[in-house]
Amino acid sequence: MMEWLDYLPPLLKGAWVTAQLAVGSTVLGGLLAFAFGIGQVASRRALRAASKAIIEFFRGTSLLVQLFWLYFALPLLGQSLGVDLRLPPVAAGVLALSLNIGAYGAEVVRGALQAVPHEQREAAQALDFTPRQILWRISLPQAIPEMLPSFGNLAVQNLKDTALVSLVGLGDLALRAEQIRNITQDNTTVYTLLLLMYFGMALVVTLFMKLLERSTGRWRSGGA
Amino acid sequence: MLFGMNWNLDGGTWAFAWSILPMLLRGLLVTIQATVLGFVVAAILGLVLAALKGSRLRPVSWLARAVSEFIRDTPLLVQLFFLYYVLPDYGVVLPAFLTGALALGIQYSAYTSEVYRAGLESVLKGQIEAARALDLSPARIFAAIVLPQAIPRIIPALGNYLISIMKDVPVLSVVSVLELLNVAKIIGDRTFNYLVPLTMVGALYLILTLIASAGVRYLDARLPRQGLPLR
Repeated sequence: MMEWLDYLPPLLKGAWVTAQLAVGSTVLGGLLAFAFGIGQVASRRALRAASKAIIEFFRGTSLLVQLFWLYFALPLLGQSLGVDLRLPPVAAGVLALSLNIGAYGAEVVRGALQAVPHEQREAAQALDFTPRQILWRISLPQAIPEMLPSFGNLAVQNLKDTALVSLVGLGDLALRAEQIRNITQDNTTVYTLLLLMYFGMALVVTLFMKLLERSTGRWRSGGA
Repeated sequence: MLFGMNWNLDGGTWAFAWSILPMLLRGLLVTIQATVLGFVVAAILGLVLAALKGSRLRPVSWLARAVSEFIRDTPLLVQLFFLYYVLPDYGVVLPAFLTGALALGIQYSAYTSEVYRAGLESVLKGQIEAARALDLSPARIFAAIVLPQAIPRIIPALGNYLISIMKDVPVLSVVSVLELLNVAKIIGDRTFNYLVPLTMVGALYLILTLIASAGVRYLDARLPRQGLPLR
């Protein structure tokens, strides 16, 4: 008979994998969000269309479908093309998660950029700023504080979504719990612990995003 | 062979795709059923949660907020496992499909409860005060002033969650619900061809979500922003 304390070491090992997966895919996803989001407000039409298509594609298909496609179908596509496209579970997971958060985050970035009063861009143009300077010095610093609450929600969503990567065999928190449950059949304890651990991690993410919000708050226009 | 239907592995990619389409459509039907049932549960449970959150009894509203936060911060997959493995230990045995729909409904009730709250709170305070000044009863204020204006804001937001629920249905495959992704996975396991069925699932999802989001946009444009006209 295992006691619930005995479950903790393997669960914590899994939690560490989950944490790394969540942080890695959130950071990469954040970068993609900026790339696709800025792409959507770009002056070049082809860039806008490409960003829009990528976003619609990843928002329109289910995350688990994308993950299975990357893990099970992509190697076969590679085979028929004569290249090795086999991905380890962690790579398929990071790719699927970050493309998802990137697609959802892109809408956040676009919305926040478009919410910056256009007089400001016009004023910067009149002052002979280049489009790049306008983006980096005028638009983004004011848009980022507006994006953060939504990014906080996306980061929590992403943390929850990492559990799906256990389904292609990554040894994360959810998979460890599943293994313990298989051995002990102690369903209630294992899953209660699992829920609590995800909840605790989500609280940490929320707290971190709140701190980030506070530290960028001073970038707001009119803020001291 | 699946559902008593055979696939054609000898006629090339397109023949194979054509031969498995009927099986995938069977899975799609289950996906849609799970989506609808999950949405109904989410819509009702969310309403209950929203009402409890708005309760004047402090402990009740605090507890409702805590529960809602907990549901929102834990993965659907784990909640599904919890319901699927823990409920039977306490004598509640549900078929996998119902357990899955219940899990979807519970997960999304945390989101729909916020939709109701935001919709109700979007009605301007001044209007309620004016109605009170005109001596309308609280029930009449709610039915004639608040609801007609809140509903056009609530429906499109609920529609967006319907689409999200549809995209989460593949998670139900882990408890062996034969929805779209699971059917494709089984076909892949048996034919060693994952590329065609999984690509088809992606395409079917893309078509469905594009149609559904066009529907939500249409609703959003058609619903009167000023509130539903009263008879």
